[in-house]
Amino acid sequence: MSPHRARTEQELNGRHGRPITDRDAHEINRVEELSYDLKIHEVMSKKLHTASPEMSLSDVLEVLRINRISGVPVTEDSQLVGVISIEDIVRAMQRNDLTETVGQYMTRDLVTVASYDSIVKAMQTFTESQVGRLPVINEEKKLVGMITKGDITRGILFALQKDYKDEEVRRYRASHLFEDIISDRTTLVLRYNIKAHDFTHGGNASSNIKRALLRLGADPQIARRCGIAVYEAETNLIIHTTRGGILKLEVEPHRITMSTTDDGPGIQDIDQVLQPGYSTATDQVREMGFGAGMGLVNIKRCVDSMELESTVGKGTKLIMRIHVPAENFNGRKDG
Amino acid sequence: MKLIEIIKLVDGITLTPDANLNINIHGGYGADLMSDVLAASQPNAILLTGLTNPQVVRTAQMADFRAIIFVRGKQPQPETLELAKEENVPLITSPLGMFELCGRLHKAGLPSFETNVPS
Repeated sequence: MSPHRARTEQELNGRHGRPITDRDAHEINRVEELSYDLKIHEVMSKKLHTASPEMSLSDVLEVLRINRISGVPVTEDSQLVGVISIEDIVRAMQRNDLTETVGQYMTRDLVTVASYDSIVKAMQTFTESQVGRLPVINEEKKLVGMITKGDITRGILFALQKDYKDEEVRRYRASHLFEDIISDRTTLVLRYNIKAHDFTHGGNASSNIKRALLRLGADPQIARRCGIAVYEAETNLIIHTTRGGILKLEVEPHRITMSTTDDGPGIQDIDQVLQPGYSTATDQVREMGFGAGMGLVNIKRCVDSMELESTVGKGTKLIMRIHVPAENFNGRKDG
Repeated sequence: MKLIEIIKLVDGITLTPDANLNINIHGGYGADLMSDVLAASQPNAILLTGLTNPQVVRTAQMADFRAIIFVRGKQPQPETLELAKEENVPLITSPLGMFELCGRLHKAGLPSFETNVPS
């Protein structure tokens, strides 16, 4: 499911006609963002059909019919002088006047937008001026394109699709890593330095690890188990170590190994720290919702195997392994 | 149940304006102990908690929660809000207490997503 829902032209324009509710505000946000980010020159049509004031209306009608458009700008000595549209031609037809010139029936009241403006400006202009298409001019006031509401809708949809595709591409590239690189044994190693007592950034490494695993094509269940285990381990480094430590992730097609290494203070009694509820955490740590003595117990529950080695005064090493079924990482086994 | 329905049920205020409120929430989980959350929750639930530090967002993310409600009208720390926006985790604050919150949501049909694990 994409978080960005495609929006119709009515929805985009509709909000101008009524007060914005809280719900609208939430829903239109990415689209609204895009309407400021996207510039008019990015979505306008640059392929220009123009008419001159001397042209006959029946000739213009032919241009509109062939190109399947409903209006064209009128220029004289490369200056924009008006717009002629189907509505103007219908007026002429009612009077059986199709042999008349463009100059007689075109709209001279010119509303234009600038190519460097955001598309939100064009949206406002459409609402205010009640016209269906707007000539686009550049800094030198020269006609450079035309913009319709359809161009805006297409531009936004295209940008939304690109947002979605970017993540897909990242995922695709990563998930083919093990297929693209041939070796007898391929291992992807990610290392993170964890600072002691840095609670503000606590979990950043774990978050990156989980994201990496998902991009590599790991099953969400496995990514979740790894995420929880590695987050508990990262938290332990932050809470308990003297000088922080290193968090390492090793991904192989059949196995994920996560480990933490630190240089102190080390654990006195390993059997004791593995007891549920045993904790040496401070009140400050407990206030943050940690330090209930469940960390290692929780890790053990999430992984397939766990090894804990420690020497007081030297440091601690924790190794956690999760076996990966063949269908992960593109279904390829080791070797 | 849609997140937007849940927000109405708990008189909630959305703190992350960019959040998509149309997502489906499959169950609920209430706790102030992050280790409990990590140990005994199922994915795709909403987390009800009294803690407001950034670790709540990280925990929710690791355990695949879809949104967080702070109880008793608590406001998250600025870092928490920042992280939630970055990681796209909707944050909601409700004036109700934990018991009332759980009660309302459960009564409205949102199941408990607490798993039985021996502690």
